[in-house]
Amino acid sequence: MQIHLDAEKCQGHNRCYALAPEIFDVDDYGQAVLMVDGDVPAELHDKARLAASNCPEYAISITD
Amino acid sequence: MTDTVNEQTAEEPGGRFGDRDTIFGDSPEGTDVWQRVPYDPDHYGPVEDFATDFDHADAAYNPNAPEVWKALREDGCPVAHSNRYGGMWVPITHDTVHEIAYDTDHFTSRAVVPAVGRPGDLAMPAPIGGVPPISSDPPFHAMARRPLLPPFAPKQIEPWEDEVRVLCRRLLDDMGEIVPGETVVDAAAQYAQHIPVNVIGRMLGFPEEDEELFRTFVHDAMETINEEPGTRGGIDDLGKYIGKQIEDHRENPRDDLTSYLMNVELDGNKLSDDHVGGSIILLLVAGIDTTWSAIGSSLWHLAQTPGDRQRLVDDPEVMTFAIEEFLRAYAPVTMGRMVKEDHDFHGCPMKKDDWVLLPFPAANRDPKQFEDPDTFIIDREENRHAAFGLGIHRCLGSNLARLELRVAIEEFIARFPNFELVGDTRWSVGQIRGPRALPVRILAD
Repeated sequence: MQIHLDAEKCQGHNRCYALAPEIFDVDDYGQAVLMVDGDVPAELHDKARLAASNCPEYAISITD
Repeated sequence: MTDTVNEQTAEEPGGRFGDRDTIFGDSPEGTDVWQRVPYDPDHYGPVEDFATDFDHADAAYNPNAPEVWKALREDGCPVAHSNRYGGMWVPITHDTVHEIAYDTDHFTSRAVVPAVGRPGDLAMPAPIGGVPPISSDPPFHAMARRPLLPPFAPKQIEPWEDEVRVLCRRLLDDMGEIVPGETVVDAAAQYAQHIPVNVIGRMLGFPEEDEELFRTFVHDAMETINEEPGTRGGIDDLGKYIGKQIEDHRENPRDDLTSYLMNVELDGNKLSDDHVGGSIILLLVAGIDTTWSAIGSSLWHLAQTPGDRQRLVDDPEVMTFAIEEFLRAYAPVTMGRMVKEDHDFHGCPMKKDDWVLLPFPAANRDPKQFEDPDTFIIDREENRHAAFGLGIHRCLGSNLARLELRVAIEEFIARFPNFELVGDTRWSVGQIRGPRALPVRILAD
């Protein structure tokens, strides 16, 4: 699974950080920071999907 | 009034701090630069048809809002209209709300509260507006917003959890002796209403002994914020109190939000006292009624759903999803915009300076965006709700609001796992939707 964060779309709702802190960190301005290099470990697949499906700005995309 | 208007210039859109009447007011004779003709609400009675005569301040609106939106959607009306407020449009689908929120070319934030007076071109001019950054448009917006983001970023808010919890417990203790099956408490006036104002007061470093005074100033200011320009006395007391706190922070600098605002730099310069005071007022207006409305609405829901209360007790982890469902289903905030120039919006002939309401709560109930939208699903997994807005004006206090909402619900349920509605819930009127009186009877555990 590949995960992608569109930083320009991120408005700092921070849903991804709340749901998948192993995959997303936040910076000092509340912007999401992707912590995996695109390739998501199997044990985090569910959290990745949860994060992607809860971003109000559709900033996170997943390709299986 | 005319004296202060003559001193106002277009270069000082905010006016003197605490002197907000200069934003509105009589235009210089022969012009309508400050204020267009105010709309007279007495010309209109109760709303008969929300599609053509929408009024969010109608007494029947807030208590029945989801039904109003549903009826409009089912009648094929994605954008309602009204001649009230001098002309207003109301998108009620997720698509239309989303589009307008994102379209800063056609829709300006220079005024976000459809009100009795419609500001003319030189009152609150874009791109700054009267209360940056909420009133700001690109390209100024990003710069005005940036200094306020760090104190409200998740990692700065997380450490406040213990203090919020202590506050909630104290409020519950202050309710006094509870006789299960008999005692009635007002979950709005005795609980929800006290939480955001106390938390922000502590963040700002205002003296704890001023808690009650500060809360009174804030609530008085809120009461008058939408009223006729010239009658907003409540905000003067608050302005003076904040001015005093700023002075005190200058003499005794410390590590809190007020000192942060006094020291942060915008474009290489520290903020003036006016700007600091204005920002504090913004944090108060934007963060208090909104948050306690969300807390109140959530408790209103829980008072009627024993199953959801039990789930929170049995499965505390579900709160991660429950919080977002409370926010989706009972989103408190409807924002607004003004139309910049005449614009055809999907067939709606919008005119320059028409108001546009942005009812995020309506977008949250759109079946095209949410499955089974009018059902409260406490563990809803996919929930891209818009309670905190969409796009560049996303509520910058959202992390703090979530913290307060979560802890307030957790502590109330922990103390009172069972309670029921009693008497009449009194709903707010206007753009912030929540119960202003919420009598509940505490039941046995």
